[in-house]
Amino acid sequence: MSIKMENAEIKLSGKDFASDQEVKWCPGCGDYSILKQVQSTLADIGVKREDTVFVSGIGCSSRFPYYMNTYGVHSLHGRATALASGLKTARPDLNTWIVTGDGDALSIGGNHLIHLLRRNLNVNILLFNNEIYGLTKGQYSPASPKGTITKSSPMGSLDHSFNPLALCLGADSTFIARSMDRDPKHLRAILAEANNHIGTSMVEIYQNCNVFNDGAFFTFTEKATKGNTTLQLEHGQPLIFGDNRDLGIKLDGFKPVVVALDESTSTDDLWVHDESDQVKAGILTRFFDIPSAGMTLPRPFGVFYKESRSVYEEDVAIQINQAIEIKGEGDLNSLLAGANTWEVI
Amino acid sequence: MVETKEEKKTVTILFAGDSGDGMQLTGSQFTNTNALFGNDVSTFPDFPAEIRAPQGTIAGVSGFQLNFGSVDVFTPGDNADVLVAMNAAALKASLLKLKIGGTIIVNLSGFDKKNLRLAGFLNDENPLTDSSLGKYRVLEMDVTKLTRACLADTGMTVKHIDRSKNMFVLGVLYWMYNRKLDTTLDFFKVKFKGKQDLIDANTKVLTAGYYFGDTSEIFTSRYEVKPAPLSKGVYRNIMGNQATAIGLIAAVRKANLDLFYGSYPITPASDILHELAKHKNFGVKTYQAEDEIAAICAAIGASFGGHLGVTTSSGPGIALKGEALGYAAILELPLVVINVQRGGPSTGLPTKTEQSDLMQALYGRNGEAPIPVVAPCTPSDCFDVIYEAARIAVEHMTPVFFLSDGYIANGSEPWSFPLAKDLVPIKVKKLSAGGDDEKYRPYVRNEKLVRDWAIPGVKGLEHRVGGLEKENETGNVSYDPANHELMVKLRAKKVANISDTIPDQNIEIGEDSGKVLVLGWGSTFGACKTAVTELVKDGVEVSQAHVRYLNPLPKNLGDLISRFDKVLVPEINDGQFVKLIRDKYLVDAIPFNKIMGIPFSSQEIKEKVLEILG
Repeated sequence: MSIKMENAEIKLSGKDFASDQEVKWCPGCGDYSILKQVQSTLADIGVKREDTVFVSGIGCSSRFPYYMNTYGVHSLHGRATALASGLKTARPDLNTWIVTGDGDALSIGGNHLIHLLRRNLNVNILLFNNEIYGLTKGQYSPASPKGTITKSSPMGSLDHSFNPLALCLGADSTFIARSMDRDPKHLRAILAEANNHIGTSMVEIYQNCNVFNDGAFFTFTEKATKGNTTLQLEHGQPLIFGDNRDLGIKLDGFKPVVVALDESTSTDDLWVHDESDQVKAGILTRFFDIPSAGMTLPRPFGVFYKESRSVYEEDVAIQINQAIEIKGEGDLNSLLAGANTWEVI
Repeated sequence: MVETKEEKKTVTILFAGDSGDGMQLTGSQFTNTNALFGNDVSTFPDFPAEIRAPQGTIAGVSGFQLNFGSVDVFTPGDNADVLVAMNAAALKASLLKLKIGGTIIVNLSGFDKKNLRLAGFLNDENPLTDSSLGKYRVLEMDVTKLTRACLADTGMTVKHIDRSKNMFVLGVLYWMYNRKLDTTLDFFKVKFKGKQDLIDANTKVLTAGYYFGDTSEIFTSRYEVKPAPLSKGVYRNIMGNQATAIGLIAAVRKANLDLFYGSYPITPASDILHELAKHKNFGVKTYQAEDEIAAICAAIGASFGGHLGVTTSSGPGIALKGEALGYAAILELPLVVINVQRGGPSTGLPTKTEQSDLMQALYGRNGEAPIPVVAPCTPSDCFDVIYEAARIAVEHMTPVFFLSDGYIANGSEPWSFPLAKDLVPIKVKKLSAGGDDEKYRPYVRNEKLVRDWAIPGVKGLEHRVGGLEKENETGNVSYDPANHELMVKLRAKKVANISDTIPDQNIEIGEDSGKVLVLGWGSTFGACKTAVTELVKDGVEVSQAHVRYLNPLPKNLGDLISRFDKVLVPEINDGQFVKLIRDKYLVDAIPFNKIMGIPFSSQEIKEKVLEILG
């Protein structure tokens, strides 16, 4: 028997964050896992449902807010970042999450994304990257590698693809990380870190679209290959990877080189990850070799970069307080009268 | 010299010069001084889109027209009594606006060979020396030379000295119209605070101009324009965009809300952003967005968060906001959308006025997305109408369009401003706690069909909104055919119901039935009022009605229209409101249109009324 206690904080579980709406993604979609990890992370963090808002754009991933038992806004294509910027500026107290996809954030919403990053509002962006347009049934996206064959590119796409995290770093993002749908533990850890960061947290999540782009990331997500193709970033730790943890990354000037760890190379020679180093983070985001083209560098996962910078909504509040200090609290009658008046008798 | 004084009821002055000559400043100073003196005043700035078009050319001419009088004035004047021409191009561009027999004050230095050539006077043609200005009285002064002489010993550069020459002209006009210099001298102290040399220099030039009028003997008389019999009260001078900004602050104060203002710079709307940014001590959050779409989306986000979201633009920017407007309509959140209209289509005429976007405001969205539309009719009316827009937005949970235009946005007039306590209260119903339902239903409506405003942070009201069609009451996504039709009808009925809360349409001038009704909206008010007033005085059976609520229309408008034989709809566009009137009331309303980027003159309206009377 459960007794509801008044005035006591009841610890919520992941299920408490699920709405009563039936989840309508395709069976087997990577979104299911992400939804579950977000729900359980929120429970772990201990935020209140009523103080949490999910804002999304348009696309498969953007149905996300309907499945969350929090406040939610399903906005317009590409505009989640713009809408959330207004919401957060108005309401700095709200725990605000943006859910977007590679088409939503990088194509139609590219402009708002970079401007949110430079303003650095304290929100979390979850970019579900499946390198395809799913909801419109399978066209190539700005994240699809050049040559991707889809319905709209039967001979292969001609567009050079975006490197999402390099783009975000270029826009002076203060937190960038990458995770994947198929590693729940890692995803939860990254989500919690993103939430802790004060400023805009950009989390790119590799997400499998099993209908239109099945296996796009299997090289990085499946057991058979992931050991040699992925690199787990940990602050203060050397860059080591490989099935037998026998490979490492060394910097030769600004050039990253894969080295075998043997008698001639020890871990002391390796690049040690430093989350606060923007230059090295830039190099890490460029670990972007295309597997099919003969990969050399592993794909990094984890927190690439983290920086403390003033957040927009706080600066807005500070300026308002300054204005009040200088001019005094606004008086409506003085405003209506203005500086020069005359009386007609 | 014997000074003669001639009394005038109204005077219209047109200041014209290069866009760098400071004509806007000169005009607004003359306006403020006359307003403070007690005249009724109406102004119309007219400037090029380019910041500094090539000097001396017609393209670079910037004008400021003002009409001031000892009687009520409703327009900046059809034609000018006095034209101040700082150079040959200004004369050429403005001469048609001067009355036959009017006075031209010219700056001689602006008529040298180079200036004449740039203005397009060819083969040594010079209007000052040939007889082409015979129909006017020309007063020549070498303003440039006199200003330089005045400041010769200050050590200022010629370039800097020349910037003050507009103050010389202003001084001359203050003498001509017997006005004190005080308002402008006070202005210098604020404008050039901390720069005593500039205060001194401008004071010297202004005073020199005043004494030049007194002593130069080129003026045979001074004019007297007595104070106007304005209604009792305390007045200030106000511009339309300024009134709009102040009205928003007043509305949120009375509604006990915070203001979030999302905007992207665009002419002629940016001054509202500038004005609001000055008033952060009222808690105003101004947000200069990365583009028009972000501006409106951010405002919608702020409204979801419980602020009053406001976004502003002009025609092309509003086109970009179209998708988000429909979104705000289906969300049923408060939002005020200001369109300071300008000549279109596309980039069109950024600095010229046009009633360009009524159709866009009424219909410019995908799907069935009715949005209330209101329009101010004078600069000070912007205050009352934006206040109404805010009231409707929060009391009816809907986006609301406010259609101003370049003419009233930049124009100014005396305003008997209200006291804060006399403003009508705005009732906001934000839910403060969850109801008894296990699941909160965000789209349950009251008797007016208005839903509640449930704001994040309140336990028990967690809900999701979005642009997908929603199930009645629950707001859950629904593709049910009957539900869609129901929701479309409910949203339309909700907007239509607003007509229960707005005043009946009044007759502004004339009888409540008759031969012709001049039916206007927006900035044509002054020209219509002047024309109809004069016609009525002449015994013509004509009346004026001017509509501020364009959607929904006042309930009695159809009946009012039916009491006239003919309905004339003057508009600064190719006929938009007239289509609405014909559509709603099946009357053969007569369009009267001007699409030249400039307002109607009252004379044009008078002639049209007489024409249709036959």
